[in-house]
Amino acid sequence: MKARIFVTLKGGVLDPQGKAIHHALDGLGFDGVNDVRAGKLIELDLADGTSDDDIDAMCRKLLANTVIENYRIEKVA
Amino acid sequence: MKCAVIVFPGSNCDRDLAVAFEAATGAKPAMVWHRDTELPDGIDLIGVPGGFSYGDYLRSGAMAARSPVMQAVAKAADRGAYVLGVCNGFQVLTESGLLPGALLRNAGGHFICRDVALTVENAQSAFTSRFEAGETVTFPVAHHDGNYFADAQTLDRLEGEGRVALRYAESVNGSARDIAGILNEAGNVLGMMPHPERVIEAAHGKTDGRRLFEGLVEGLMARA
Repeated sequence: MKARIFVTLKGGVLDPQGKAIHHALDGLGFDGVNDVRAGKLIELDLADGTSDDDIDAMCRKLLANTVIENYRIEKVA
Repeated sequence: MKCAVIVFPGSNCDRDLAVAFEAATGAKPAMVWHRDTELPDGIDLIGVPGGFSYGDYLRSGAMAARSPVMQAVAKAADRGAYVLGVCNGFQVLTESGLLPGALLRNAGGHFICRDVALTVENAQSAFTSRFEAGETVTFPVAHHDGNYFADAQTLDRLEGEGRVALRYAESVNGSARDIAGILNEAGNVLGMMPHPERVIEAAHGKTDGRRLFEGLVEGLMARA
């Protein structure tokens, strides 16, 4: 069983990396990019039967810092 | 007086912090490896040093905060030992929940390595007792992730309880309310981005940092 964890900065938390990417896109001539926010994708290969609670605990205890980040779990068959 | 400096893979200010501890206490600190589960019995003072623990993987300080030794640090802090986290050590303390908030990438996106002016906001703490409230001191900073963040409620609480120990006297990294260093609720844990251990000897050019360590020792002697 696999799970993908998407970790993103909460709204209102400054994202200098996203800003730098935005600038670079501007520099390449891509107009019309209103904003860029960068996040992380963490792929987990899990033992079958790993509970949703366990995956959620992994996110809360390590993978995301909930002071500044949100996370979303996507289970992949 | 027993002191220790925690060493993570990727720490690089551990020896500087040990020198500062030894100069102030006269005792050689125990260098405690991140995998150790215990600190010396009756530890009085613990340093969490700067550097790039675990290569800053995932988030600065994130892996170090979950290493076995940090449970021992939390226990020692709980029973009143002084804990000083500098730079990456501050990041480790916020990641481990010993201090509130988080340290984000500097607002300008750049690594900042220079001397900065700081205002001592709270001169009552064990860490700042040798300073005057409102005094300006100059410590070097060297960080990429020093932009302190906490929600407005937490910031108001920190300010209200006098837990903002040090504030940047100039705009440095985008930190909320220019916060450079904060205390825990009990006042025995301080996290700060600037490096006091780099300004303790005349050869460093400045000696303001020395007072922080001497104040700590004085506080510990008074306790004993």
